[in-house]
Amino acid sequence: MTQSKDTAALAAHALECIRDDRTLFSNLDFRLEAGSALILEGRNGSGKTSLLRILCGIRLPDAGTVTWGDTAIDKLGPDYHMHMAYIGHRDGIKLDLTPLENLAMARALGMPNDITLEAALAKVDLAGYEDVLTRNLSAGQQRRLALARLLVTDTSLWILDEPFTSLDVHGISVIEELLDAHTTSGGMLAVTSHHAVNLQNTTVQRINLSA
Amino acid sequence: MFNNFFHRMASPKHFYRLAGILIPWLAVPCLLLTLAGLYYGLVKAPPDYQQGDSYRIMFIHVPAAWMSMFIYVVMAGAGAIGLIWRIKLAEMVAISSAPIGASFTFLALVTGSIWGKPMWGTWWVWDARLTSELILLFLYLGVIALNNAIDDKRMAARAVAILALVGVINIPIIHYSVEWWNTLHQGPTVTKFDKPSIHLSMLIPLLLMAVAFKLYYAFVVLMRARCEVLDRERNSGWVKELAEKT
Amino acid sequence: MNSDSLTRAFVILIRRDLMLAVRHRAEMANPILFFVLVTSLFPLGIGANPALLQAVAPGVIWVAALLAALLSIENVFRSDFEDGSLEQYLLSSHPLSVLVLAKITAHWLVTGLPLLLISPLLGILMGLPVDAIKILFITLLLGTPVLSLIGAVGVALTVGLRKGGMILSLLVLPLYVPVLIFASSAVDTAATGLPVTAHLSLIAALLLLALSLSPFATAAALRVSLS
Repeated sequence: MTQSKDTAALAAHALECIRDDRTLFSNLDFRLEAGSALILEGRNGSGKTSLLRILCGIRLPDAGTVTWGDTAIDKLGPDYHMHMAYIGHRDGIKLDLTPLENLAMARALGMPNDITLEAALAKVDLAGYEDVLTRNLSAGQQRRLALARLLVTDTSLWILDEPFTSLDVHGISVIEELLDAHTTSGGMLAVTSHHAVNLQNTTVQRINLSA
Repeated sequence: MFNNFFHRMASPKHFYRLAGILIPWLAVPCLLLTLAGLYYGLVKAPPDYQQGDSYRIMFIHVPAAWMSMFIYVVMAGAGAIGLIWRIKLAEMVAISSAPIGASFTFLALVTGSIWGKPMWGTWWVWDARLTSELILLFLYLGVIALNNAIDDKRMAARAVAILALVGVINIPIIHYSVEWWNTLHQGPTVTKFDKPSIHLSMLIPLLLMAVAFKLYYAFVVLMRARCEVLDRERNSGWVKELAEKT
Repeated sequence: MNSDSLTRAFVILIRRDLMLAVRHRAEMANPILFFVLVTSLFPLGIGANPALLQAVAPGVIWVAALLAALLSIENVFRSDFEDGSLEQYLLSSHPLSVLVLAKITAHWLVTGLPLLLISPLLGILMGLPVDAIKILFITLLLGTPVLSLIGAVGVALTVGLRKGGMILSLLVLPLYVPVLIFASSAVDTAATGLPVTAHLSLIAALLLLALSLSPFATAAALRVSLS
């Protein structure tokens, strides 16, 4: 890839999504530049999760395309996925592995960066839990472990579906700091959340799918 | 230019109209050829010197067996086109083909079994071709079951396409292995299918019936695909207009 | 993406799956128990006449192995689907087909290999001669990976369905026919003392074909199931 991390941008062109005969959204256009965040709003069932999955390339849009640096993402495949990370409703972690083992797997699946796995755990406030079975962690701790996956690979686009689920006030502020740090260092963020997302140093654009 | 033409043809609305025009042009020749084939097969063709009149079921059995293979290949081909170029119409043709193919396979099995009764004295013999047809029927039923099990139509169509492609790679292997198994376990049996030379008076009705069956498949698959189009596009403007007109 | 990191991902994924299997080691015995149990039902059902048992043994043992493989293959992607790991494989910077091959390999090591190891015992129970037992072992060695590879496509197509189990057997069992035919007739032929090189090369050919096509078909099917 010759494309540098700062110039590539995620863009949606005339996206349409139909589910069970209902058009959730159509003719949706936006562009997400480096260093900025996109916050999706809307009622339950308004298609926020579907949109995120389309942006990941998991789901096909019923019309329109998603591009990464001017190339459609379904043409790029792994060349797109190496730049992005997705945390969905389901944590994507194994309960019968320790947090360290989980992160080692997550790192092997992507482009590894320099941070140690222990440091990544410390950043989400899980220091001291390295070798506990994930099954024995609380729901909030498991969610933070899932979010720690973002830190162990070198990605510029983070796509997060309800990242704050089961987190307490402290947990939320820890994660918000991580998100802020990511965008201020040139990363991109696409996020849905029922909670207000507090990003102090980031340009935020909001899209309301219910509107 | 070509691309443009192709996409216009593949648009559901255009297809619906075109298929509606085509269907009678396929159905009427199908009916005429069937009548001619049956006439030549049941009345004109002489009785077989060994099997008497019972061989006449061949005029149904053999074309049905041909169709059962042919439709599977068409289904896999249409599925592949739908999968690779995301042409919805190809997906619909693939889905619509499955029940027709299964019916022909079933017909081939039943007629084979009826034909077997006077030949072998039992309704069922583990003959290589019949066994292959039976497994083919299972493959069709798998495709239909998978299609029914997935609620999302688009997803179902893509899943079915993959399954049909896996199946079409396996059919020659299954066919070969069953034939091999058959020679291994039964030794040479009287085979009723491999006629080294077939008399012209029998070949003509056979070919007439074969063409008639192809036409039958063509117009039924168009009819089914039209229903599929209406079902999938029921929220689009042109379908609503159509519904209001009638 | 260099091939080094791809190999590393392949190895780490296999190692992780084996680790998970060891942490659930009680479950590892189930396919073996099933295999032994089904096989030992046959003498009870058809009588213990040694000549009869020996005649049906190749088919019976292979059908039992096939059913055991079918029952266990369902789990190859089940937990990954439920906990969201499958999405992560899809979004990996490595090709999904390679990760899928790692999953199938790990699954075969956990469920297919034990069947292989227990099979001589079943051969003895069914009164097979030693030469035939050797060939039984080789056919299972070559054949059970084919069962896993074909089964994985079926699982990938049905993993998102609530009642995938019945449909899975309908999809997969017809595709198992060639392996069953070649393998059981190899054992049969070996029992009569004839050479079986042709049979074994055919099963090996099936294995190569399945190895080269199944990961791609499985990957494509997983993409559909997750969309």
